[in-house]
Amino acid sequence: MTALIEVENLVKHYQGVRAVDGISFTIPRGACIGLLGPNGAGKTTTVEMLEGIKVPTSGSIRYQGEPLGAKFRREAGIMFQSTALQEFITVRETLRMFRSLYDHGVALDELIDACALHSFLDRDTRKLSGGQRQRLLLAIALVNDPQVVFLDEPTTGLDPQARRMLWQLVRDIRRRGKTVLLTTHYMEEAYELCDEIIIMDHGRIIAQGSPDELLARHFHDVVLQLPKADFTAGVLPPLTVLDCGDSVEILTSAVTETVQQLLASGVSLDRLRIRARTLDDLFLELTGKELRT
Amino acid sequence: MMKRLLAVFIARNKEFLRDRAALGWNLLFPVLIVAGFAFAFSGEPAPLYKVGVAGEVPPSGFFTTPHVQFIAVDDLAAAITKVERHRLDLLVDIGGARYWVNDESPRGPLLERLLLGSDNAALRKQAVSGRQIRYVDWVLPGVLGMNIMFSALYGVGFVIVRYRKNGVLKRLKATPLSAIEFLAAQIVSRLWLIVAVVVVVFFGTHLFVDFAMYGNYLTLFLAFAMGGICMISMGLVIAARIASEEFAEGMLNLISWPMMFLSGVWFSLEGTHPLVQKLAMIFPLTHMIDAARAVMLDGASLAAIAPQLGVLLAMTAGFLAIGAWLFRWE
Repeated sequence: MTALIEVENLVKHYQGVRAVDGISFTIPRGACIGLLGPNGAGKTTTVEMLEGIKVPTSGSIRYQGEPLGAKFRREAGIMFQSTALQEFITVRETLRMFRSLYDHGVALDELIDACALHSFLDRDTRKLSGGQRQRLLLAIALVNDPQVVFLDEPTTGLDPQARRMLWQLVRDIRRRGKTVLLTTHYMEEAYELCDEIIIMDHGRIIAQGSPDELLARHFHDVVLQLPKADFTAGVLPPLTVLDCGDSVEILTSAVTETVQQLLASGVSLDRLRIRARTLDDLFLELTGKELRT
Repeated sequence: MMKRLLAVFIARNKEFLRDRAALGWNLLFPVLIVAGFAFAFSGEPAPLYKVGVAGEVPPSGFFTTPHVQFIAVDDLAAAITKVERHRLDLLVDIGGARYWVNDESPRGPLLERLLLGSDNAALRKQAVSGRQIRYVDWVLPGVLGMNIMFSALYGVGFVIVRYRKNGVLKRLKATPLSAIEFLAAQIVSRLWLIVAVVVVVFFGTHLFVDFAMYGNYLTLFLAFAMGGICMISMGLVIAARIASEEFAEGMLNLISWPMMFLSGVWFSLEGTHPLVQKLAMIFPLTHMIDAARAVMLDGASLAAIAPQLGVLLAMTAGFLAIGAWLFRWE
């Protein structure tokens, strides 16, 4: 895949703080890239520089080989983390207003279908639910039939149903050949939607690759979960046992042997659960923080 | 209950006292108002009667009567109009040996008796008539102007600051919309609203208040429209960078309140301290109200109000240039 956006040695300073500290990566055309990191990692600053909203202190961003400019603004669709809309106007009027700002774009009916806006088209934008509002913001991001779509934490605060509906919309966008850059706090979301993820911390990239590739690179074990009350063995050398409140997690790369060892220690396995390593584990391992802190 | 009430009372007091901008404004504002009025009216009290005199004012007789202000007149026709409108109580043409008095004015006949009883019996009377310019006639252009000022400053200045604060501007920045296009849309939108409201208020008020309108409606419309554009542009300068609604409100108050008191909305600036009169000239509202009053009360033509329109045009150009130069989406 050819590169749609190339980022080289990007730096952003804020009053002595290096919010973004010399990062480089490329976004291939048609790919969905996930940008992950704890709060303060520099991901929103990075995205806002890519969107042309913030000016980098140094480094370069090239869109289709050229610096960000009018062509980029015409061809980029942006869904900010939090966007207020003009008040006292309806969903339909808001869409019309944004559509009028672009020479080229999609038919509104098509957009209304794609983002399932029919049921609240004539509602004042102040009276939308969280899910409806996010769908409208996504529709605004798509109003110019963009080549690249930036989605900054699109599902934060949504209930599981609304979140899955938005995921489906993102998959539809991808199916139409669009390039997507997604920032999210939800590892499951990144795993579901992204071809490649970039994990940032302290303004730097600390890991990059496809979700499966990253998991395979960093983990060679699985997790056995047991209620703490059932784990009577106490310790299980040489394995690592993590205290997780009401439960314990045993990390092992040899499940059969570990299970036999647990049985030999008299541990009841009635409530044993086995799970593969997830991006949450990877994140915790790399940053030493829980993602939502 | 008292404990809870006290807790909230203390918290609210702390909040207020620690908000330096709000506290400063609350303390400073009344002081500024009182100081401003005290300074504005610190001169001699206004005279009771006003007599226009064409030609050299004789140093004796009637022309030394106390409590009468004798005003040298160059334009006799304009002065006669003032007698008709009760804005001069009497007009004397020394060279022409004649005087004008409006018998419908309560003060004119009294001054006429004083004049004729002071060796001036040879003067020929030129009777004029015309209804008095009442306070409501005089204040209406000011009130309309004030309404335009608040609508322009707050409707543009405050709204853009709110857009900046809540991210609407950020979202628009991410589109091909240019800053000039955005600002032009704000100006045109607000101007249209201001003009529509002024027209409705003007003719609506005319239905139940028979106020004076001696001039041309289109000329008056032009005066209000140009004043409106000028103050919208002023609002753009305020809104160019500020991201705090509280700060913007303070700035808008700081500009609008002195304008409201010192631009001749409620009272004539004649008789105020000369410095106040000079200060008033920096406010666009002064020029708009002067032009509107001249059209409505004196029937001034477009050419007659050209100086005020010229000043408004120059101020508009300056504000627009500064506003566009300073403007930031974020």
